[in-house]
Amino acid sequence: MTRKHRRLVIVLACGIGLGSATALSLNAFSSSMVFFMAPSDIATKNPAIGRTIRLGGLVQAGSLHRETIDGEPTAAFKVTDGKHTVAVTYTGILPDLFREGQGVVALGALEPDHVFKASEVLAKHDETYMPKDVADALKKAGMWNPSKGPAPPSSEWNSVTTASTRTN
Amino acid sequence: MIPELGNFALALACALAFAQAVIGIWGAYRRDVRLMAATPGLAIGQLIALAASAGALVWASVGNDFSVINVAENSAIAKPLLYKISGTWGNHEGSILLWGLILAICGGLVSLFGRNLPSGLRSRVLGVLGGTSAGFLLFCLTTSNPFFRTFPPPADGRGMNPLLQDPGLAFHPPILYMGYVGFAVPFAFAVAALLEGRIDAAWGRWVRPWALVSWCFLTCGIALGSWWAYYELGWGGYWFWDPVENASLMPWLTGTALVHSAIVVEKRESLKIWTVLLAIGTFSLSLSGTFLVRSGILNSVHAFANDPARGIFILALLGLVIGGSLLLFALRAPLLRSGGIFAPVSREGALVLNNILLCSICAVVIAGTMTPPFAELLLGQKISVGAPYFNLTVLPLAIPVFLAMAVGPLLPWKRGRLWPLVEHAWWAALIAALVGGVCAFGMKLLPALAFGAATWLIIGSFAEVFERTLLFRTPVANSVRRARGLPVAVLGAAIAHAGMGVTVAGIAGTSLDSNKIVEAKSGDSFFVGGYKWILLGLEDRQGPNYRARVAFIEVLKNGEPLAIMRPERRMFTLQNQTTSDVAIRTNLFRDLYAVLGDERDGKAVLRLHVNPLAPWIWLGALIMASGGALSLADRRLRVGAPSRAPKGVVPA
Repeated sequence: MTRKHRRLVIVLACGIGLGSATALSLNAFSSSMVFFMAPSDIATKNPAIGRTIRLGGLVQAGSLHRETIDGEPTAAFKVTDGKHTVAVTYTGILPDLFREGQGVVALGALEPDHVFKASEVLAKHDETYMPKDVADALKKAGMWNPSKGPAPPSSEWNSVTTASTRTN
Repeated sequence: MIPELGNFALALACALAFAQAVIGIWGAYRRDVRLMAATPGLAIGQLIALAASAGALVWASVGNDFSVINVAENSAIAKPLLYKISGTWGNHEGSILLWGLILAICGGLVSLFGRNLPSGLRSRVLGVLGGTSAGFLLFCLTTSNPFFRTFPPPADGRGMNPLLQDPGLAFHPPILYMGYVGFAVPFAFAVAALLEGRIDAAWGRWVRPWALVSWCFLTCGIALGSWWAYYELGWGGYWFWDPVENASLMPWLTGTALVHSAIVVEKRESLKIWTVLLAIGTFSLSLSGTFLVRSGILNSVHAFANDPARGIFILALLGLVIGGSLLLFALRAPLLRSGGIFAPVSREGALVLNNILLCSICAVVIAGTMTPPFAELLLGQKISVGAPYFNLTVLPLAIPVFLAMAVGPLLPWKRGRLWPLVEHAWWAALIAALVGGVCAFGMKLLPALAFGAATWLIIGSFAEVFERTLLFRTPVANSVRRARGLPVAVLGAAIAHAGMGVTVAGIAGTSLDSNKIVEAKSGDSFFVGGYKWILLGLEDRQGPNYRARVAFIEVLKNGEPLAIMRPERRMFTLQNQTTSDVAIRTNLFRDLYAVLGDERDGKAVLRLHVNPLAPWIWLGALIMASGGALSLADRRLRVGAPSRAPKGVVPA
């Protein structure tokens, strides 16, 4: 086998490797890319029922209700960005840092009754932290202008404000 | 006073690193013997200065000096001593300092063990290491200085993120950083080789142990991080395809490729240019991994210190290091001449296949990790790419790797035939097919396939050892004699490959877990995964800096009491934060895993898991790393130009 042949074989092998990697990536992207949406986006863009999305916003104060369905703990709460709200249900243990009035990101899909059924709820930061996605959503909804100082206390974001927001 | 000394030592180290870079590279260019001889001393000096600086930070943290902003923000009087020490590298500033310290240790080791390197090469290698170091120490000094003071000092610190208060996390960053930063040495050798325009087998013999040591540390570091996620985050998962995890996986993939292609450079003087490119690429990925996360470009659950203001400096530095080395590569790589022609079916061919596949996996991981930030930057579109993407792309590419890696070592150098592979490994394939077939009856297709692949890897990896010892074909005594004469590297490779099989089996087993979320009163019992779980009661407990609520759960198997498990919820009053402390009981073949959730109306929410083979995931990584370490002990690595290979690299 000459040097030329060998080079050809290696180039072909690289081509096949990278080609299959590209094909796999594109295929996987089209089926498993997840878009982030704030409640306002859901209200205006009307995403398809059953399409997986990431929903981010603040947990509306006083909206959290917990119950047990089929022996499994289920939580129902509302996520708001100050303009619109989306009702969310989640079966499982809410994360330790889940609080009313604080930022949350939920992964899931809209049900036919337009309730967002979450399969994962993320709220993994200390109380002064706001997830970047949520902060951006709030800015977009016109609820926070960063040039006018830090975000006001999260209880003020909610259309329902209760004194017990921070203590949960 | 001590923090000022630490700051001074840091500045001194930065200056020494600059000197090391300029003198090392200029001296080698001018062939000035005296300048070249000065570089090892500068590297040692830089190491001593940085060690003093890190010591000063530990001193300030242990001594509760809250006038230092870094200590005030990350420590508190009530914090246990272990975390006061480990907390120094558990935050952004301290972790950059640790990064620099480990880089300095690498430089120090090169100067200590590199006495018999050609002086020009050594000088250039130390110069490149010094230049890299100088950049990051400057970054540490100007934008993330851990020694800045505040006045008046607060009475108590803000404390450490409770999630990070864990013994596993005390050792995770140093080990992971040893892996990341260790690849700086192959990188420095690659750049030095490009500057010299020459690569020989001795170069390969020098690069391989360094790549192997870093690879072992990186393997352990990734496994430790994944184990931490498993027992600390309490979701029952061990790998989330989070950007930070991907950032450590990417250099691991290319580093694995580098470890293999360096063999070809050493043995056959072939694939030189490619190996240089891999060495540059691996360190570039290590750098981007650590610093893209820190810069806040990758929005991640792990990023505990984000500050976009630092991003510009980091990007400039990354651009300089990566862009500069790639430019040098483009200009100088044609000078490197490769020898050693080989046929596609040969040991070299198998190693090229390994490299192509590993780099393809790395490419899809990069694509998945970098798409969200770029989509946001360019299209203003917030998207995320999660586990489904990575499962769809990585799995199909990993399968041929698994198939090839067990039998690749059976192929001879230069040219081989496929038939002898069948002859030597048919029994392994048969057993693997049987295991896969039997599994297919009880479970879904994917885990059954994975179990088959795992069996293939574990037993197929030893096919070469069996072959070379003529096991079962000659008297046992003869086999033992042959086994004694076997190069340690052959055994090391077999063990490392088998370790991958153990990890695959662990991943497959864990995917068959049974879990249940229940609401329980004292005395309630549940059946999960063939075990009976009874909640005996709940209790309060006081920890050093937290209050805990403890659940007592008795687990029974066929009526026999097996264990009492005590999952906790810890309330850290200082940070007003709650964490779950998972209870895990393992017998190495399955994990019993219990998490205590909220409590209300006298009922506690419990999450109960039975995870089959879960410990194998990390056990496999440990086996891989020990296989790598065993290869380092190979005599062949110590014979020849450098008589003392740097095998005894231990974390400081």
